[in-house]
Amino acid sequence: MHTSTLSELARALEAGETTSEALTRETLERIRAHDGRYNSFITVAEERALEQARAADKARTDGRAGPLTGIPFAHKDIFCTEDLLTTCGSRMLENFAPPYNSTVAQKLDDAGAVCVGKANMDEFAMGSSNETSYFGPVTNPWGDGLVPGGSSGGSAAAVAARLVPAATATDTGGSIRQPAALCGLTGLKPTYGRISRYGIIAFASSLDQAGTLTRDARDAALMLNTMAGFDPKDSTSLDREVPDYSASLENDLSGLRIGLPKEYFSDELSPAMAEQVRSAVREYEKLGATVKEITLPHSHLAVAAYYVIAPAEASANLSRFDGVRYGHRCDNPQDLNDLYLRSRSEGFGEEVKRRILVGTYALSAGFFDAYYLKAQKVRRLIQQDFTNAFNEVDLIMGPTSPSPAFAQGDKTDDPINMYLEDVFTIASNLAGLPAMSIPGGMVNNLPVGLQIIGNYFDEARMLNAAHRFQQVTDWHRQVAPNSA
Amino acid sequence: MSISRDKIEQVAWLARIQLEDSEKEALEGKLSDILGMVDQLQAADTDGITPMAHPLDATQRLRPDEVTETNKRERFQAVAPETQDGLYLVPRVVE
Repeated sequence: MHTSTLSELARALEAGETTSEALTRETLERIRAHDGRYNSFITVAEERALEQARAADKARTDGRAGPLTGIPFAHKDIFCTEDLLTTCGSRMLENFAPPYNSTVAQKLDDAGAVCVGKANMDEFAMGSSNETSYFGPVTNPWGDGLVPGGSSGGSAAAVAARLVPAATATDTGGSIRQPAALCGLTGLKPTYGRISRYGIIAFASSLDQAGTLTRDARDAALMLNTMAGFDPKDSTSLDREVPDYSASLENDLSGLRIGLPKEYFSDELSPAMAEQVRSAVREYEKLGATVKEITLPHSHLAVAAYYVIAPAEASANLSRFDGVRYGHRCDNPQDLNDLYLRSRSEGFGEEVKRRILVGTYALSAGFFDAYYLKAQKVRRLIQQDFTNAFNEVDLIMGPTSPSPAFAQGDKTDDPINMYLEDVFTIASNLAGLPAMSIPGGMVNNLPVGLQIIGNYFDEARMLNAAHRFQQVTDWHRQVAPNSA
Repeated sequence: MSISRDKIEQVAWLARIQLEDSEKEALEGKLSDILGMVDQLQAADTDGITPMAHPLDATQRLRPDEVTETNKRERFQAVAPETQDGLYLVPRVVE
Protein backbone atom coordinates (compact mmCIF):
# COMPACT_ATOMS: atom_id res chain seq x y z
CA MET A 1 0.00 0.00 0.00
CA HIS A 2 3.00 2.29 0.44
CA THR A 3 3.11 2.96 -3.31
CA SER A 4 -0.37 4.49 -3.19
CA THR A 5 -1.20 8.17 -2.92
CA LEU A 6 -3.46 9.48 -0.19
CA SER A 7 -6.38 9.63 -2.64
CA GLU A 8 -5.78 6.02 -3.70
CA LEU A 9 -5.69 4.90 -0.07
CA ALA A 10 -8.93 6.79 0.59
CA ARG A 11 -10.56 4.93 -2.30
CA ALA A 12 -9.25 1.57 -1.02
CA LEU A 13 -10.64 2.28 2.45
CA GLU A 14 -13.95 3.41 0.98
CA ALA A 15 -14.17 0.23 -1.13
CA GLY A 16 -13.45 -1.93 1.92
CA GLU A 17 -10.25 -3.31 0.35
CA THR A 18 -8.33 -2.56 3.53
CA THR A 19 -8.83 -1.13 7.00
CA SER A 20 -7.22 1.78 8.74
CA GLU A 21 -5.84 -0.58 11.35
CA ALA A 22 -4.10 -2.66 8.68
CA LEU A 23 -2.75 0.46 6.96
CA THR A 24 -1.57 1.93 10.24
CA ARG A 25 0.15 -1.29 11.34
CA GLU A 26 1.95 -1.50 8.01
CA THR A 27 2.98 2.16 8.25
CA LEU A 28 4.33 1.75 11.79
CA GLU A 29 6.26 -1.37 10.78
CA ARG A 30 7.82 0.41 7.82
CA ILE A 31 8.83 3.36 9.99
CA ARG A 32 10.39 0.98 12.51
CA ALA A 33 12.23 -0.94 9.81
CA HIS A 34 13.47 1.92 7.63
CA ASP A 35 13.54 5.27 9.42
CA GLY A 36 17.00 4.63 10.84
CA ARG A 37 18.22 5.58 7.38
CA TYR A 38 16.43 8.96 7.23
CA ASN A 39 15.84 10.02 10.86
CA SER A 40 12.61 11.61 9.63
CA PHE A 41 10.68 11.00 12.86
CA ILE A 42 11.35 12.39 16.33
CA THR A 43 8.42 10.54 17.93
CA VAL A 44 6.46 7.55 16.66
CA ALA A 45 3.02 7.36 18.28
CA GLU A 46 2.33 3.63 17.99
CA GLU A 47 -0.44 3.02 20.51
CA ARG A 48 -2.13 6.35 19.97
CA ALA A 49 -2.13 5.76 16.20
CA LEU A 50 -3.61 2.28 16.52
CA GLU A 51 -6.35 3.63 18.78
CA GLN A 52 -7.13 6.34 16.24
CA ALA A 53 -7.12 3.73 13.45
CA ARG A 54 -9.61 1.52 15.27
CA ALA A 55 -11.82 4.53 15.93
CA ALA A 56 -11.59 5.41 12.22
CA ASP A 57 -12.62 1.91 11.21
CA LYS A 58 -15.57 2.11 13.57
CA ALA A 59 -16.56 5.52 12.17
CA ARG A 60 -16.57 3.96 8.70
CA THR A 61 -18.75 1.04 9.82
CA ASP A 62 -21.10 3.59 11.39
CA GLY A 63 -21.29 5.54 8.13
CA ARG A 64 -19.42 8.58 9.50
CA ALA A 65 -16.30 8.41 7.30
CA GLY A 66 -14.93 11.37 5.32
CA PRO A 67 -12.14 11.45 2.74
CA LEU A 68 -9.30 11.45 5.33
CA THR A 69 -10.84 8.96 7.75
CA GLY A 70 -8.30 6.25 8.55
CA ILE A 71 -5.43 7.76 6.52
CA PRO A 72 -2.03 7.56 8.29
CA PHE A 73 0.01 10.76 8.12
CA ALA A 74 2.76 12.60 10.03
CA HIS A 75 2.68 15.98 11.77
CA LYS A 76 5.69 18.25 11.65
CA ASP A 77 6.83 18.40 15.28
CA ILE A 78 5.82 22.07 15.50
CA PHE A 79 2.07 21.31 15.75
CA CYS A 80 0.96 20.89 19.34
CA THR A 81 -0.65 17.47 19.78
CA GLU A 82 -2.40 16.84 23.07
CA ASP A 83 -0.36 14.58 25.38
CA LEU A 84 1.98 13.68 22.50
CA LEU A 85 5.56 14.97 22.67
CA THR A 86 6.00 18.18 20.63
CA THR A 87 9.67 19.21 20.59
CA CYS A 88 9.96 21.72 17.72
CA GLY A 89 13.32 20.04 17.07
CA SER A 90 14.76 21.63 20.22
CA ARG A 91 16.32 20.52 23.47
CA MET A 92 14.22 23.31 24.99
CA LEU A 93 11.05 21.25 24.41
CA GLU A 94 12.59 17.78 24.64
CA ASN A 95 10.03 16.74 27.29
CA PHE A 96 7.08 18.91 26.29
CA ALA A 97 3.77 17.06 25.92
CA PRO A 98 1.24 19.84 25.21
CA PRO A 99 -1.93 20.02 27.30
CA TYR A 100 -3.94 20.97 24.19
CA ASN A 101 -4.24 20.40 20.44
CA SER A 102 -3.34 22.89 17.73
CA THR A 103 -6.36 23.69 15.57
CA VAL A 104 -4.75 21.82 12.66
CA ALA A 105 -4.22 18.72 14.82
CA GLN A 106 -7.80 18.97 16.11
CA LYS A 107 -9.24 19.29 12.61
CA LEU A 108 -7.29 16.29 11.33
CA ASP A 109 -8.28 14.29 14.45
CA ASP A 110 -11.91 15.23 13.87
CA ALA A 111 -11.61 14.15 10.23
CA GLY A 112 -10.44 10.72 11.44
CA ALA A 113 -6.91 10.95 10.06
CA VAL A 114 -4.33 8.86 11.94
CA CYS A 115 -1.21 10.66 13.20
CA VAL A 116 1.54 8.01 13.21
CA GLY A 117 4.18 10.36 14.59
CA LYS A 118 5.95 13.69 14.74
CA ALA A 119 8.40 14.56 11.98
CA ASN A 120 11.91 15.90 12.51
CA MET A 121 12.59 19.53 11.63
CA ASP A 122 15.13 22.31 11.96
CA GLU A 123 15.14 23.68 15.51
CA PHE A 124 12.20 26.08 15.90
CA ALA A 125 11.87 25.89 12.09
CA MET A 126 15.10 27.87 11.64
CA GLY A 127 17.07 26.26 8.86
CA SER A 128 17.00 25.18 5.23
CA SER A 129 18.66 21.77 5.49
CA ASN A 130 17.26 20.08 8.62
CA GLU A 131 20.74 20.14 10.12
CA THR A 132 19.88 22.38 13.10
CA SER A 133 17.60 19.79 14.75
CA TYR A 134 18.60 18.79 18.27
CA PHE A 135 17.51 15.28 17.26
CA GLY A 136 20.04 14.98 14.45
CA PRO A 137 20.01 15.68 10.73
CA VAL A 138 17.52 14.14 8.30
CA THR A 139 18.75 12.32 5.19
CA ASN A 140 17.08 12.85 1.84
CA PRO A 141 15.84 9.57 0.28
CA TRP A 142 17.29 10.81 -3.03
CA GLY A 143 20.83 10.12 -1.83
CA ASP A 144 22.85 9.28 1.26
CA GLY A 145 24.57 12.38 2.58
CA LEU A 146 22.09 14.75 0.90
CA VAL A 147 19.94 17.19 2.87
CA PRO A 148 16.15 17.03 2.46
CA GLY A 149 15.87 20.81 2.74
CA GLY A 150 14.29 22.55 5.67
CA SER A 151 12.82 23.38 7.90
CA SER A 152 10.14 20.74 7.18
CA GLY A 153 12.85 18.21 6.24
CA GLY A 154 11.46 15.31 8.28
CA SER A 155 7.98 15.75 6.83
CA ALA A 156 9.43 15.81 3.31
CA ALA A 157 11.79 12.85 3.80
CA ALA A 158 9.01 10.74 5.35
CA VAL A 159 6.74 11.30 2.34
CA ALA A 160 9.54 10.93 -0.23
CA ALA A 161 10.68 7.70 1.47
CA ARG A 162 7.07 6.49 1.17
CA LEU A 163 6.73 5.98 4.91
CA VAL A 164 3.58 8.12 4.93
CA PRO A 165 1.41 9.42 2.07
CA ALA A 166 1.23 12.96 3.47
CA ALA A 167 2.58 15.21 6.19
CA THR A 168 1.74 18.57 7.66
CA ALA A 169 4.40 21.29 7.52
CA THR A 170 4.90 25.01 8.05
CA ASP A 171 6.46 27.68 5.86
CA THR A 172 7.87 30.97 7.17
CA GLY A 173 10.36 31.67 4.36
CA GLY A 174 10.20 28.54 2.20
CA SER A 175 10.12 25.71 4.74
CA ILE A 176 7.46 23.73 2.85
CA ARG A 177 8.39 24.55 -0.74
CA GLN A 178 12.16 24.14 -0.59
CA PRO A 179 12.00 20.64 1.00
CA ALA A 180 9.26 19.76 -1.51
CA ALA A 181 11.62 20.80 -4.31
CA LEU A 182 14.62 18.93 -2.91
CA CYS A 183 12.62 15.73 -2.24
CA GLY A 184 10.48 15.69 -5.41
CA LEU A 185 7.17 16.42 -3.69
CA THR A 186 4.15 18.68 -3.97
CA GLY A 187 4.34 21.32 -1.24
CA LEU A 188 1.61 23.86 -0.59
CA LYS A 189 1.85 27.02 1.50
CA PRO A 190 -1.57 28.69 1.47
CA THR A 191 -2.38 32.39 1.88
CA TYR A 192 -1.32 33.88 5.23
CA GLY A 193 -4.35 33.43 7.49
CA ARG A 194 -5.94 30.60 5.48
CA ILE A 195 -5.01 27.90 8.03
CA SER A 196 -5.11 28.62 11.75
CA ARG A 197 -1.78 29.17 13.50
CA TYR A 198 -3.30 28.33 16.91
CA GLY A 199 -1.12 25.76 18.64
CA ILE A 200 1.69 25.96 16.09
CA ILE A 201 4.86 26.86 17.98
CA ALA A 202 5.51 30.42 16.80
CA PHE A 203 8.61 31.41 14.84
CA ALA A 204 7.77 34.66 13.00
CA SER A 205 4.10 35.32 13.51
CA SER A 206 3.50 37.68 10.59
CA LEU A 207 5.00 35.13 8.17
CA ASP A 208 4.22 31.63 9.57
CA GLN A 209 1.67 29.58 7.66
CA ALA A 210 0.83 25.88 7.81
CA GLY A 211 0.48 23.66 4.77
CA THR A 212 1.10 20.22 3.33
CA LEU A 213 3.67 17.92 1.77
CA THR A 214 2.12 15.27 -0.49
CA ARG A 215 2.93 13.27 -3.61
CA ASP A 216 0.55 15.23 -5.82
CA ALA A 217 -1.82 18.17 -6.03
CA ARG A 218 -4.93 16.02 -5.70
CA ASP A 219 -3.75 14.93 -2.25
CA ALA A 220 -2.82 18.50 -1.29
CA ALA A 221 -6.38 19.60 -2.15
CA LEU A 222 -7.83 16.87 0.08
CA MET A 223 -5.63 17.93 3.00
CA LEU A 224 -6.34 21.63 2.51
CA ASN A 225 -10.11 20.98 2.45
CA THR A 226 -9.78 19.78 6.03
CA MET A 227 -7.06 22.13 7.34
CA ALA A 228 -8.28 25.49 5.99
CA GLY A 229 -10.78 27.80 7.63
CA PHE A 230 -11.39 30.66 10.02
CA ASP A 231 -10.42 30.14 13.65
CA PRO A 232 -11.40 32.61 16.36
CA LYS A 233 -8.43 31.34 18.42
CA ASP A 234 -5.95 32.81 15.89
CA SER A 235 -6.16 36.60 15.81
CA THR A 236 -4.68 36.73 12.30
CA SER A 237 -6.92 34.01 10.85
CA LEU A 238 -9.06 35.32 7.98
CA ASP A 239 -12.77 34.73 7.78
CA ARG A 240 -13.23 33.60 4.19
CA GLU A 241 -15.29 30.76 2.82
CA VAL A 242 -13.34 27.54 2.17
CA PRO A 243 -14.08 26.25 -1.35
CA ASP A 244 -13.94 22.55 -2.25
CA TYR A 245 -10.36 22.50 -3.57
CA SER A 246 -10.91 19.08 -5.14
CA ALA A 247 -13.83 20.28 -7.25
CA SER A 248 -11.83 22.57 -9.56
CA LEU A 249 -8.78 20.33 -10.15
CA GLU A 250 -9.85 19.34 -13.65
CA ASN A 251 -10.67 22.86 -14.91
CA ASP A 252 -9.37 23.71 -18.35
CA LEU A 253 -6.24 25.88 -18.43
CA SER A 254 -6.99 27.61 -21.76
CA GLY A 255 -6.31 31.30 -21.45
CA LEU A 256 -4.46 30.98 -18.12
CA ARG A 257 -1.95 33.84 -17.97
CA ILE A 258 1.42 32.87 -16.50
CA GLY A 259 4.12 35.38 -15.59
CA LEU A 260 7.82 34.53 -15.33
CA PRO A 261 9.67 37.09 -13.21
CA LYS A 262 12.93 37.93 -14.96
CA GLU A 263 14.56 38.41 -11.52
CA TYR A 264 14.00 34.69 -10.77
CA PHE A 265 16.13 33.64 -13.76
CA SER A 266 19.21 35.55 -12.70
CA ASP A 267 22.79 34.40 -12.14
CA GLU A 268 21.78 32.73 -8.85
CA LEU A 269 20.11 30.02 -10.93
CA SER A 270 22.29 27.56 -12.82
CA PRO A 271 21.56 27.23 -16.56
CA ALA A 272 20.58 23.58 -16.07
CA MET A 273 18.02 24.51 -13.40
CA ALA A 274 16.68 27.38 -15.51
CA GLU A 275 16.26 25.09 -18.51
CA GLN A 276 14.23 22.57 -16.47
CA VAL A 277 11.95 25.31 -15.17
CA ARG A 278 11.46 26.80 -18.65
CA SER A 279 10.76 23.39 -20.05
CA ALA A 280 8.10 22.81 -17.38
CA VAL A 281 6.51 26.14 -18.26
CA ARG A 282 6.38 25.04 -21.94
CA GLU A 283 4.08 22.22 -20.83
CA TYR A 284 1.67 24.90 -19.65
CA GLU A 285 1.74 26.51 -23.09
CA LYS A 286 0.76 23.14 -24.56
CA LEU A 287 -2.13 23.11 -22.09
CA GLY A 288 -3.39 26.42 -23.46
CA ALA A 289 -1.76 28.92 -21.11
CA THR A 290 -0.04 32.08 -22.29
CA VAL A 291 3.34 32.97 -20.84
CA LYS A 292 4.94 36.40 -20.54
CA GLU A 293 7.94 37.85 -18.78
CA ILE A 294 7.14 40.07 -15.81
CA THR A 295 9.22 42.04 -13.35
CA LEU A 296 9.27 42.02 -9.54
CA PRO A 297 11.78 44.86 -9.18
CA HIS A 298 12.26 44.65 -5.40
CA SER A 299 13.04 40.90 -5.36
CA HIS A 300 16.69 41.50 -4.51
CA LEU A 301 15.65 43.02 -1.17
CA ALA A 302 13.48 40.09 -0.02
CA VAL A 303 16.18 38.11 1.80
CA ALA A 304 17.45 41.22 3.60
CA ALA A 305 13.93 42.25 4.72
CA TYR A 306 13.21 38.70 5.85
CA TYR A 307 16.39 38.45 7.94
CA VAL A 308 15.29 41.49 9.90
CA ILE A 309 11.58 40.70 10.28
CA ALA A 310 11.85 36.96 10.98
CA PRO A 311 14.59 37.17 13.66
CA ALA A 312 12.92 40.21 15.26
CA GLU A 313 9.62 38.37 15.63
CA ALA A 314 11.43 35.19 16.67
CA SER A 315 13.34 37.01 19.42
CA ALA A 316 10.01 38.21 20.84
CA ASN A 317 8.25 34.84 20.42
CA LEU A 318 11.09 32.86 21.96
CA SER A 319 11.31 35.12 25.01
CA ARG A 320 8.53 32.95 26.47
CA PHE A 321 11.06 30.16 27.14
CA ASP A 322 12.09 31.11 30.64
CA GLY A 323 12.53 27.76 32.39
CA VAL A 324 9.51 28.45 34.60
CA ARG A 325 6.22 27.33 33.02
CA TYR A 326 7.36 24.64 30.59
CA GLY A 327 10.44 23.65 28.65
CA HIS A 328 14.04 23.13 29.70
CA ARG A 329 15.16 24.35 33.13
CA CYS A 330 18.81 24.40 34.21
CA ASP A 331 19.93 22.58 37.37
CA ASN A 332 20.27 24.51 40.63
CA PRO A 333 19.64 28.08 39.46
CA GLN A 334 21.32 30.57 41.81
CA ASP A 335 18.91 33.43 41.11
CA LEU A 336 16.28 34.42 38.58
CA ASN A 337 18.72 35.72 35.96
CA ASP A 338 20.86 32.62 36.32
CA LEU A 339 17.70 30.56 35.72
CA TYR A 340 16.86 32.49 32.53
CA LEU A 341 20.44 32.63 31.22
CA ARG A 342 21.37 29.01 31.70
CA SER A 343 17.95 27.52 30.82
CA ARG A 344 17.92 29.43 27.53
CA SER A 345 21.60 28.91 26.70
CA GLU A 346 21.37 25.16 27.35
CA GLY A 347 17.97 24.80 25.67
CA PHE A 348 18.60 26.65 22.39
CA GLY A 349 21.01 25.57 19.65
CA GLU A 350 23.49 27.73 17.77
CA GLU A 351 21.32 28.91 14.87
CA VAL A 352 18.40 29.75 17.16
CA LYS A 353 20.67 31.79 19.44
CA ARG A 354 22.10 33.58 16.42
CA ARG A 355 18.66 34.60 15.20
CA ILE A 356 17.53 35.68 18.66
CA LEU A 357 20.60 37.93 18.85
CA VAL A 358 20.04 39.41 15.37
CA GLY A 359 16.39 40.03 16.24
CA THR A 360 17.15 41.55 19.63
CA TYR A 361 19.70 43.83 18.01
CA ALA A 362 17.25 44.92 15.28
CA LEU A 363 14.59 45.75 17.86
CA SER A 364 16.91 47.43 20.38
CA ALA A 365 16.79 51.13 21.20
CA GLY A 366 18.24 53.27 18.42
CA PHE A 367 18.05 50.53 15.78
CA PHE A 368 14.30 49.84 15.51
CA ASP A 369 13.62 52.44 12.80
CA ALA A 370 16.69 51.60 10.75
CA TYR A 371 16.00 47.87 10.74
CA TYR A 372 12.50 46.69 11.63
CA LEU A 373 10.54 49.66 10.36
CA LYS A 374 12.67 49.89 7.22
CA ALA A 375 12.18 46.17 6.56
CA GLN A 376 8.42 46.52 6.95
CA LYS A 377 8.42 49.34 4.41
CA VAL A 378 10.44 47.23 1.97
CA ARG A 379 7.96 44.46 2.65
CA ARG A 380 5.19 46.66 1.31
CA LEU A 381 7.24 47.46 -1.81
CA ILE A 382 7.63 43.73 -2.40
CA GLN A 383 3.89 43.25 -1.97
CA GLN A 384 3.19 46.07 -4.44
CA ASP A 385 5.40 44.34 -7.02
CA PHE A 386 3.13 41.31 -6.78
CA THR A 387 -0.06 43.40 -6.87
CA ASN A 388 1.16 45.01 -10.09
CA ALA A 389 2.09 41.63 -11.54
CA PHE A 390 -1.29 40.10 -10.74
CA ASN A 391 -2.97 42.84 -12.76
CA GLU A 392 -1.41 41.21 -15.80
CA VAL A 393 -1.17 37.50 -14.98
CA ASP A 394 -3.08 34.82 -13.05
CA LEU A 395 -0.14 32.82 -11.74
CA ILE A 396 3.57 33.46 -11.35
CA MET A 397 6.02 30.64 -12.01
CA GLY A 398 9.72 30.15 -11.49
CA PRO A 399 12.26 28.00 -9.68
CA THR A 400 11.67 27.04 -6.04
CA SER A 401 15.33 26.76 -5.01
CA PRO A 402 18.59 27.81 -6.66
CA SER A 403 19.91 24.23 -6.79
CA PRO A 404 18.79 20.63 -6.21
CA ALA A 405 19.55 18.82 -2.93
CA PHE A 406 23.04 19.59 -1.63
CA ALA A 407 25.39 17.62 0.63
CA GLN A 408 25.09 17.64 4.41
CA GLY A 409 27.69 19.98 5.93
CA ASP A 410 28.04 22.04 2.74
CA LYS A 411 26.48 25.23 4.08
CA THR A 412 26.45 24.83 7.86
CA ASP A 413 29.43 27.14 8.42
CA ASP A 414 28.09 29.86 6.19
CA PRO A 415 24.73 31.24 7.37
CA ILE A 416 24.36 33.69 4.47
CA ASN A 417 24.86 30.96 1.90
CA MET A 418 22.25 28.84 3.71
CA TYR A 419 19.84 31.81 3.84
CA LEU A 420 20.11 32.16 0.05
CA GLU A 421 18.45 28.74 -0.30
CA ASP A 422 15.21 30.68 0.19
CA VAL A 423 16.00 33.50 -2.25
CA PHE A 424 13.01 32.60 -4.48
CA THR A 425 10.55 31.58 -1.76
CA ILE A 426 10.81 34.36 0.84
CA ALA A 427 9.01 37.06 -1.15
CA SER A 428 5.65 35.24 -1.10
CA ASN A 429 5.84 34.95 2.70
CA LEU A 430 6.57 38.66 2.99
CA ALA A 431 3.59 39.40 0.76
CA GLY A 432 1.43 36.71 2.44
CA LEU A 433 0.68 35.09 -0.93
CA PRO A 434 -0.07 31.39 -1.45
CA ALA A 435 2.69 29.43 -3.19
CA MET A 436 3.47 25.84 -4.13
CA SER A 437 6.35 23.75 -5.33
CA ILE A 438 5.74 20.81 -7.65
CA PRO A 439 8.25 18.46 -9.27
CA GLY A 440 9.15 20.05 -12.60
CA GLY A 441 12.25 18.25 -13.85
CA MET A 442 15.56 16.68 -12.89
CA VAL A 443 19.16 17.89 -12.75
CA ASN A 444 21.92 15.34 -12.00
CA ASN A 445 19.21 12.77 -11.25
CA LEU A 446 17.82 15.00 -8.49
CA PRO A 447 14.39 16.63 -8.44
CA VAL A 448 13.88 20.24 -9.47
CA GLY A 449 10.97 22.22 -8.05
CA LEU A 450 8.67 24.42 -10.13
CA GLN A 451 7.30 27.18 -7.96
CA ILE A 452 3.75 28.46 -8.53
CA ILE A 453 2.74 31.68 -6.77
CA GLY A 454 -0.92 32.70 -6.77
CA ASN A 455 -2.93 35.74 -5.81
CA TYR A 456 -4.51 35.95 -2.33
CA PHE A 457 -6.90 33.04 -1.65
CA ASP A 458 -6.29 31.63 -5.12
CA GLU A 459 -5.22 28.18 -3.85
CA ALA A 460 -7.90 26.50 -5.99
CA ARG A 461 -6.42 27.90 -9.20
CA MET A 462 -2.87 26.90 -8.15
CA LEU A 463 -3.97 23.36 -7.30
CA ASN A 464 -5.86 23.18 -10.60
CA ALA A 465 -2.74 24.24 -12.52
CA ALA A 466 -0.55 21.82 -10.55
CA HIS A 467 -2.95 18.93 -11.10
CA ARG A 468 -3.28 19.49 -14.85
CA PHE A 469 0.52 19.59 -15.14
CA GLN A 470 0.74 16.32 -13.20
CA GLN A 471 -1.68 14.70 -15.64
CA VAL A 472 0.68 15.31 -18.56
CA THR A 473 4.04 14.84 -16.78
CA ASP A 474 5.44 12.14 -14.53
CA TRP A 475 8.06 14.06 -12.54
CA HIS A 476 5.91 13.68 -9.43
CA ARG A 477 5.85 9.89 -9.92
CA GLN A 478 9.64 9.51 -9.82
CA VAL A 479 10.60 7.40 -6.84
CA ALA A 480 13.60 8.33 -4.71
CA PRO A 481 16.29 5.63 -5.16
CA ASN A 482 16.70 5.16 -1.39
CA SER A 483 13.00 5.16 -0.58
CA ALA A 484 11.74 2.39 1.66
CA MET B 1 28.37 46.88 9.07
CA SER B 2 30.30 45.11 11.80
CA ILE B 3 29.24 44.50 15.37
CA SER B 4 31.60 44.89 18.32
CA ARG B 5 32.23 42.42 21.13
CA ASP B 6 30.68 44.88 23.61
CA LYS B 7 27.52 45.19 21.55
CA ILE B 8 27.22 41.40 21.28
CA GLU B 9 27.52 41.10 25.05
CA GLN B 10 24.90 43.80 25.56
CA VAL B 11 22.44 42.22 23.12
CA ALA B 12 23.04 38.75 24.58
CA TRP B 13 22.21 40.10 28.03
CA LEU B 14 19.00 41.72 26.72
CA ALA B 15 18.03 38.35 25.20
CA ARG B 16 19.14 36.45 28.34
CA ILE B 17 21.54 34.30 26.33
CA GLN B 18 24.83 33.32 27.95
CA LEU B 19 27.78 33.08 25.57
CA GLU B 20 31.17 31.43 26.01
CA ASP B 21 34.15 33.49 24.85
CA SER B 22 34.69 31.16 21.90
CA GLU B 23 31.05 31.65 20.87
CA LYS B 24 31.42 35.43 21.04
CA GLU B 25 34.38 35.29 18.70
CA ALA B 26 32.53 33.21 16.12
CA LEU B 27 29.47 35.44 16.44
CA GLU B 28 31.42 38.63 15.76
CA GLY B 29 32.10 37.46 12.22
CA LYS B 30 28.77 35.80 11.52
CA LEU B 31 26.55 38.54 12.97
CA SER B 32 28.58 41.15 11.07
CA ASP B 33 28.01 39.17 7.86
CA ILE B 34 24.27 38.97 8.51
CA LEU B 35 23.98 42.65 9.40
CA GLY B 36 26.07 43.52 6.35
CA MET B 37 23.64 41.57 4.18
CA VAL B 38 20.56 43.23 5.68
CA ASP B 39 22.16 46.66 5.20
CA GLN B 40 21.10 46.37 1.54
CA LEU B 41 17.77 47.65 2.85
CA GLN B 42 19.21 51.07 3.49
CA ALA B 43 19.58 51.66 -0.26
CA ALA B 44 15.84 51.19 -0.88
CA ASP B 45 13.78 54.33 -1.41
CA THR B 46 10.92 53.99 1.08
CA ASP B 47 9.82 57.63 1.34
CA GLY B 48 6.08 57.80 1.94
CA ILE B 49 5.71 54.00 2.22
CA THR B 50 3.57 52.73 5.12
CA PRO B 51 5.19 49.87 7.05
CA MET B 52 3.36 46.57 6.52
CA ALA B 53 2.42 44.54 9.59
CA HIS B 54 -0.23 42.18 8.16
CA PRO B 55 -0.24 41.13 4.50
CA LEU B 56 -3.96 41.76 4.16
CA ASP B 57 -3.96 44.74 6.51
CA ALA B 58 -6.31 42.95 8.87
CA THR B 59 -6.83 44.54 12.26
CA GLN B 60 -7.36 42.85 15.60
CA ARG B 61 -10.85 41.44 15.98
CA LEU B 62 -12.87 42.13 19.10
CA ARG B 63 -15.01 39.50 20.75
CA PRO B 64 -17.67 39.72 23.44
CA ASP B 65 -16.08 39.90 26.89
CA GLU B 66 -17.27 36.51 28.04
CA VAL B 67 -15.51 33.81 30.03
CA THR B 68 -14.83 30.97 27.60
CA GLU B 69 -11.89 29.18 29.21
CA THR B 70 -12.19 27.05 32.30
CA ASN B 71 -9.47 26.75 34.93
CA LYS B 72 -6.92 24.14 33.83
CA ARG B 73 -4.19 24.91 36.30
CA GLU B 74 -3.37 21.29 37.11
CA ARG B 75 -3.25 20.39 33.44
CA PHE B 76 -0.93 23.30 32.63
CA GLN B 77 1.29 22.81 35.66
CA ALA B 78 1.80 19.16 34.78
CA VAL B 79 4.31 20.32 32.12
CA ALA B 80 6.09 22.82 34.41
CA PRO B 81 9.62 21.95 35.59
CA GLU B 82 8.94 22.81 39.26
CA THR B 83 5.69 23.57 41.05
CA GLN B 84 4.45 23.41 44.62
CA ASP B 85 0.92 23.84 45.99
CA GLY B 86 -0.30 25.10 42.62
CA LEU B 87 2.49 27.67 42.32
CA TYR B 88 5.41 27.87 39.90
CA LEU B 89 8.72 27.74 41.74
CA VAL B 90 11.55 30.16 40.92
CA PRO B 91 14.70 31.05 42.87
CA ARG B 92 14.12 33.53 45.70
CA VAL B 93 13.77 37.07 44.29
CA VAL B 94 12.96 38.97 47.51
CA GLU B 95 15.19 38.62 50.57
